[in-house]
Amino acid sequence: MSQKILLDKINVPGIKTYEVYRREGGYASVEKALKTLTPDEVVEEVKTSGLRGRGGAGFPAGMKWSFIDKKSGKPRHLVCNADESEPGTFKDRFLMEYIPHLLIEGMITSSYALGANLSYIYIRGEYMWVYKILERAIAEAKAAGWLGKNILGSGYDLELYVQIGGGAYICGEETALIESLEGKRGNPRIKPPFPAVSGLWANPTVVNNVETIAAVPWIVNNSGADYAKIGIGRSTGTKLISASGHIKNPGVYEIELGLSVHEFMNSDEYLGGMIDDRPLKAFVPGGSSVPVLPANLIYKTANGEDRLMTYESLSDGGFATGSMLGSGGFIVYNDTACIVRNTWNFSRFYHHESCGQCSPCREGTGWLEKVLHRIENGHGREEDIELLWSIQSRIEGNTICPLGDAAAWPVAAAIRHFKEEFEYHIRFPEKIKNRDHFVAEPFEKVRHLVAKQTV
Amino acid sequence: MKVTIDGQSIEVEPGTTILQAARMIGGESVPPAMCYYSKLKGSGGKCRCCLVEVAKGSDADPRPMPKLMASCVTGCMDGMEVNSTASERVQDARKSVTEFLLINHPLDCPVCDQAGECDLQNLSFKHGKSQTRYIEEKRTFEPENIGPNIQLHMNRCILCYRCVMVADQLTDNRVHGVMDRGDHSNISTCISKAIDNEFSGNMIDVCPVGALTDKTFRFKSRVWFNKPFNAHRECTTPGCCGKTTVWMFGGEIQRVTGRKDEYHEVENFICNTCRFDKKEVSDWTIEGPRKFEKDSVINQNNYTRKLDTVVIETEEGILKGREEDRKKISMPAVPLDREENAVFKNGNV
Repeated sequence: MSQKILLDKINVPGIKTYEVYRREGGYASVEKALKTLTPDEVVEEVKTSGLRGRGGAGFPAGMKWSFIDKKSGKPRHLVCNADESEPGTFKDRFLMEYIPHLLIEGMITSSYALGANLSYIYIRGEYMWVYKILERAIAEAKAAGWLGKNILGSGYDLELYVQIGGGAYICGEETALIESLEGKRGNPRIKPPFPAVSGLWANPTVVNNVETIAAVPWIVNNSGADYAKIGIGRSTGTKLISASGHIKNPGVYEIELGLSVHEFMNSDEYLGGMIDDRPLKAFVPGGSSVPVLPANLIYKTANGEDRLMTYESLSDGGFATGSMLGSGGFIVYNDTACIVRNTWNFSRFYHHESCGQCSPCREGTGWLEKVLHRIENGHGREEDIELLWSIQSRIEGNTICPLGDAAAWPVAAAIRHFKEEFEYHIRFPEKIKNRDHFVAEPFEKVRHLVAKQTV
Repeated sequence: MKVTIDGQSIEVEPGTTILQAARMIGGESVPPAMCYYSKLKGSGGKCRCCLVEVAKGSDADPRPMPKLMASCVTGCMDGMEVNSTASERVQDARKSVTEFLLINHPLDCPVCDQAGECDLQNLSFKHGKSQTRYIEEKRTFEPENIGPNIQLHMNRCILCYRCVMVADQLTDNRVHGVMDRGDHSNISTCISKAIDNEFSGNMIDVCPVGALTDKTFRFKSRVWFNKPFNAHRECTTPGCCGKTTVWMFGGEIQRVTGRKDEYHEVENFICNTCRFDKKEVSDWTIEGPRKFEKDSVINQNNYTRKLDTVVIETEEGILKGREEDRKKISMPAVPLDREENAVFKNGNV
């Protein structure tokens, strides 16, 4: 049994309520931080912990905190990014729904570390019931004196609000989130200036994922060094993984980083193997925007090492043979899944969610979607694969925010690893017209049809 | 601060962007800009046409920047080295952006009033291809009436947000904005309101394409048939300078616009009275012909500059052909006539 940090108390009945949460040792980190530590000491602890942003990019949280502009004398803000909209990721919802006080506690401790007196949780509109849970938790925390003026007699004030978004994926990008929080259209801002200098209402702001903030109480209660002991190398601590797809036990799991993918997939403690006897075909380790990996690269990296659930190991080999840990949306496919359809589905999502601000993403995501839709429906042309590759390479890196990259990477990876499936769709439209193509006839059986033949 | 763009160095003030520095140098290395407008605060960064490669960040931190940077919103650093036209990556990025901007553009230049002074047209002249790889149906919008003076043609829009910024920064009540998102985002007044602010006409001037055009000039003439003159009048509207360019066809003023510089940016914003209501020659004091500085479709064969006769500059030998090819190889018995003989000797020059 590996160590649990976030989901340790998740099975305690009534942990949603303040009384139970407090009885189980909740809010101890606030007491410890406010009474015995200075804000800088808290930042220092988080720095030593090596905690990395859990939203997807994996930027060290302590580093991000230390960038915040304290010299300007402007009020500072902490914003929690609960706009979890990555397809395949549902860990934050789980955390907020079942143990809301953990996030509130993390918000108080983190806000104290940053010297923020006004903090926000920005939650997506679709999580309306979670919003109500959080509102209730905040009211309970406030009634118990953990929020408001002069918390625990320390002289530190904090107001915490929950703001509901309209449900746009782009508002999970930190600057778009800030724009949306200010009441504007959620278009990402051009950086620099970074939010640490000029964020919410032009004040220094730190935006952190729910899971990042929820990990802070444990770090403060124990120590940064203890947290750093968990995990391997620069991937420290535990990570929530939202597992879905063709597996026996889908759900949210807390793992120690450094667990091998093989164990995570097959042990009964975690996913328990594939759902039936159909073999594993591909998996997406970190939510829809990271590259998909084919079966031969899942358990072993390209140079034959075991693939581990760490930031480094999953990205081993770059995009040619690796992927990314991303936000931990672990999607598994068996051989009934059609990668072309899956790629089209992802593309459709990015087309729908592009904010429309910068040209490559606005026009390119729509184009990708249309071409993929054509291929998927049997109207593909031989040159379309080349065209898809060209479009995605022209979007990637040329946009304001990472949504363009996120739209380009899945397409690139699908073509890189599953080009033959695209060719199959294009050359044998009659075989795919019933939509059950790989259920009745797995790709391995028809691979010879698109294999290169020497006459 | 010293900045080097395409090998040319210039001293600039701190806070200058790469695009501004490039414009100070001028010439070929100036990146094209579809959304940046120096007179509008907060503009730029959206169209991605002005991407440049920063080969050296600064003297203090000489690492190159990994991504291409939007030059209109990236500040210069001391010792920065930038590749604009010189870099193949940049050229490629500009070609991509041009292609992206054109896939959903109706390409209706023959019936578009903006044709001839359109930034997108210029961009595609320079970076576009004559073929398209886009075979799908283009995205279209329902037409919307936004008032008596301005014609909105949403299909042509490239979403530069300039007109939204004009409404924000020049007028007191913005009634239009960007609706929806992705490739369906569109400029609209939401519930079909007329845009009738006294300075709303400037939206037409700042629009880089034919999405917002002048209804009083609609289908009157191609812009290159008009002769532009600088003109001014005593304008009583507060905030209007009264200095304009009037576009004449014979003795008739067909259109009034702000005075645009070589980057198609107006020198001063003008009011709607000047723009739409004063179409009589007697309303204006005409100063003289207005020159175009920038190469674009409109000033091909423009009368304000010297026109040269076309000369094909090739070597004599090309037209004459190689010596061995010019030997007569058949029918030696039939002599050449005089004309043929001359051609044989001197080539068909």
